[in-house]
Amino acid sequence: MTNHWIDIRNSDCILIMGSNAAENHPISMKWVGKAMDKGATLISVDPRFTRTSSKADIYTALRSGTDIPFLGGMMNYILSNNKFHKEYAANYTNASFIVGSKFDFKDGLFSGYDPKAKKYDKSQWAFEKDGNGVPKRDLELKDPRCVFQLMKQHYSRYTPKTVSAITGTSEADLKKVWETYAETGAVDKTGTIMYAMGWTQHTVGVQNIRMMAMIQLMLGNMGRPGGGVNALRGESNVQGSTDHCLLFHIWPGYLGTPGASLVTLADYNAKNTPKTNDPLSANWWQNKPKYMASFLKAMFGEAATKENDFGYPWMPKIDDGKTYTWLDIFDDMYKGNFKGFFAWGQNPACSGANSNKTRQALAKLDWMVNVNIFDNETASFWKGPGMKPGEIKTEVFFLPCLTSVEKEGSITNSGRWMQWRYAAAKPPRGPKGDGDIMVELFEKVRTLYEGDGKFPEPIKNLRWDYVKDGKYDPHAIAKLINGYFEQDVTIKDKSFKKGTLVPSFAFLLDDGSTSSGNWLYCNSYTENGNMAARREKKDPTGMGLYPEWSWCWPVNRRIIYNRAAVDLNGKPWSPNKNILEYKDGKWIGDVPDGGWPPMSDQAKTKRPFIMKPDGVASVFGPGRVDGPFPEHYEPLECPVPKNLMSSQRINPVAPIYGTEADAHFSCDPRFPFVGTTYRVTEHWQTGILTRWQPWLLELQPQLFVEMSNELGKLKGINNGDMCKVSSARGEVEAVAIVTGRFKPFKVQGTTVHQVGLPWCFGWIYPKDGGDSANLLTPSTGDPNTRIPETKAFMVNVDKLGKRRA
Amino acid sequence: MAGKFFFIDTTRCTACRGCQTACKQYKKHGVTKTKQYGTYQNPPDLDGNTFRLVRFSEHPSEKNSMVWYFFTEACRHCLKPPCQKKADQILKDAIIVKDYGAVLYTKKTKDLEKSFKAIKQACPWSIPTWSKEEDQIVKCNMCYDRVEAGLLPACAKACPTGALNFGDEADMKKLANEHLNAAKKKFGGRGEILDLEDVRALYLITDAQAKYRPVA
Repeated sequence: MTNHWIDIRNSDCILIMGSNAAENHPISMKWVGKAMDKGATLISVDPRFTRTSSKADIYTALRSGTDIPFLGGMMNYILSNNKFHKEYAANYTNASFIVGSKFDFKDGLFSGYDPKAKKYDKSQWAFEKDGNGVPKRDLELKDPRCVFQLMKQHYSRYTPKTVSAITGTSEADLKKVWETYAETGAVDKTGTIMYAMGWTQHTVGVQNIRMMAMIQLMLGNMGRPGGGVNALRGESNVQGSTDHCLLFHIWPGYLGTPGASLVTLADYNAKNTPKTNDPLSANWWQNKPKYMASFLKAMFGEAATKENDFGYPWMPKIDDGKTYTWLDIFDDMYKGNFKGFFAWGQNPACSGANSNKTRQALAKLDWMVNVNIFDNETASFWKGPGMKPGEIKTEVFFLPCLTSVEKEGSITNSGRWMQWRYAAAKPPRGPKGDGDIMVELFEKVRTLYEGDGKFPEPIKNLRWDYVKDGKYDPHAIAKLINGYFEQDVTIKDKSFKKGTLVPSFAFLLDDGSTSSGNWLYCNSYTENGNMAARREKKDPTGMGLYPEWSWCWPVNRRIIYNRAAVDLNGKPWSPNKNILEYKDGKWIGDVPDGGWPPMSDQAKTKRPFIMKPDGVASVFGPGRVDGPFPEHYEPLECPVPKNLMSSQRINPVAPIYGTEADAHFSCDPRFPFVGTTYRVTEHWQTGILTRWQPWLLELQPQLFVEMSNELGKLKGINNGDMCKVSSARGEVEAVAIVTGRFKPFKVQGTTVHQVGLPWCFGWIYPKDGGDSANLLTPSTGDPNTRIPETKAFMVNVDKLGKRRA
Repeated sequence: MAGKFFFIDTTRCTACRGCQTACKQYKKHGVTKTKQYGTYQNPPDLDGNTFRLVRFSEHPSEKNSMVWYFFTEACRHCLKPPCQKKADQILKDAIIVKDYGAVLYTKKTKDLEKSFKAIKQACPWSIPTWSKEEDQIVKCNMCYDRVEAGLLPACAKACPTGALNFGDEADMKKLANEHLNAAKKKFGGRGEILDLEDVRALYLITDAQAKYRPVA
């Protein structure tokens, strides 16, 4: 979230699309309700009428996988009807930038496409620069080569008629949503978007979000209370785990993982530190070398010196250009390229797309360790459906662990709040906390290097002072994540003693005198104490920022990009939306995104989007692998022979995997219906935690498949009938919910049916509960992130003769 | 203690079923073996383990194509409970009413097994249930132990959206009135508080009652 949960109450219009917040984030509806009490409009756009839709002022449906046309049409409406916030767009975004002459777009392809490599040469999308190397601008937004004009031209193709023929949404409904949301372009109004996996899990996932971010920027909704682009995170610490490098391509604090060709730290810094010639750009990432050096000091402590590049050579690198995402890992595992695997706190046999492929992949391992609270489909995959235990070589170790409420530590919520938790319950004897399992594991590994061993430095030199009385100490790790002064040092006339905690990342240095496990969290645990444990309920702005409740990254800034919440003179764009104001030479309110004076002070100011090299937000996004403007492509598996927008049916750079387990079909009579997956309130993720909980199982006991009355009639399926749902990759048995909440779509003149299933069940328990809906989903995904396309694929549904017990 | 009331604003309910589950958790109730039978509503009805049940009802609608109504059903704690009247005819003080209004089924109701059907029929909403486990008639007891300790009933405590409220009569009636006015404004003049003069569980609905729950 750029904003935070409570801030939803400050919104005038809430669009919930790509999410079913009432189902999956029930508490969020408290803040939606508070906004509605003050007159806000709630819009729900979803293929199926959901619990969220039941509360909406406006509901309409779209076919899964067609969000870009829906939103591209909205952009077209906003631009062609002058509904955008011009001053904001011109000054705070790159709408005014002149795009270089090499950029072009023709029939679904941007310039620079190499059809053999299925890759774009992104250098063709660069901006035109002046003699000083600063991008040229036209603040009037009239130059035919400025981003604004190119964007206007691009989205003029998304007419109501075309959009309707793609999405299956009526033109009247499209216009109603577009008009209502576009009203937030008024200066005294803000609109917000609440989205989740319904947007991300597509071959155009990143561009779905970008499309909305662009709309938010054109309407002047970013950085402002009641605005923003708000990702509703799923697993309660998914925000924290992303911040701390759960993913392969980043180290903690979003420092890019080095490729193997970047041999020295200097190479890394030269390649990864953005530069700008614009004196008005803060270009905050110019500080990256400080964050890198401090991170390496946190990794290797005393052993990290200037002479040895702070241990940079000891860190693992990735092969240049290779991706190591979930989809890649399991593809490799399926091909037999893995020996061992830690499935830690997860259940890939149910959670990953294309579960049959995943389950087969697990059988190719020599060993697997599963750390979990309950037995699950991964730990016991070898005795699952279709498996022959006698023929499976994988040796499985199951380590029972503690639940989150049995141990102390922090979680970071969607609003970027790091919240400290004490251990609420005494753990049972036997299971260990994840931290203690890691401590024991590492200490054993270290003994293996006591004699000799290949490349022992990373192991022998690892900083390892998190253990107190033989136990993992969450405070010690939280402090190191914040960072220490590693020697006595004087910065900005302030002296700091070696061994004290760094007050904020502005004090981190690149010479080895500071450590910080994650620069974004520097300021979270200081000499003033554990900021995440704070529970003060003061609200000085009256806007629900609660600055002394827990702690929020970065530096306790509750709404990021908040200097875009004010006009060029530092006054809030409107008085009813005041979270920050420049008064008597200082900023009052939220922690400002940099303390420079407002834009009117051209001598001292910096542009508000300080993390971008140009200081403005990117409506034009030349950094994405699939194009600088979102463009509609059909899902890998789709019900239509043709993409109405161009002759590129699918995303030309989408990853497609080639094993026999990766079958996919479009417009195939065997799989005529669009399928999608989702969750239910009552179960958590794959259901490991909740299926064993009798009260929750009582509420949602068995896998179901929802379908329209029309499809039920077509297939002779009645409400409550047992069905078989099948795709090119697998099948599940599910109870039919035949409902008016799903309606057939009119797409390109034909009728398209859609069905949906939750993915929270698994064969291990309950025995009559059904199996994972991910047996159906394809292992393809977004080319930027490789999140799988589990929200739009093709299936068939048939009635089964007998009802399961 | 002042008279206690529930106020339930169905327009705010998202059917998270926190109330239904919190009730079971606080009362340490057992589990009913359920099946998926073509709806999210489960268990199908109130039972010995289930004193509060969120009913799901969907209907076609002009606006937004559908409505999906959620109705958290439990004992209304009538001002003049007909179940008590019926029971009193057979066995005095098997059903009692606390000074703040909680209608309680005592252990004595185990001697009312033969009259159970009549007592259930006396209730306009068929709330009372015979519990084999408890060997008596059961239903919502307003979490009287919590309420007497100054706490909210478990259901009201769990509600995240402000749909299910609990408090003193004057406060709840004021809240009900405010929400009714807001609902009327929003739903084109539709909106009513059910059984305002007769019960301690005030429901705000904006459509025909039969669209929310089975009506005899």
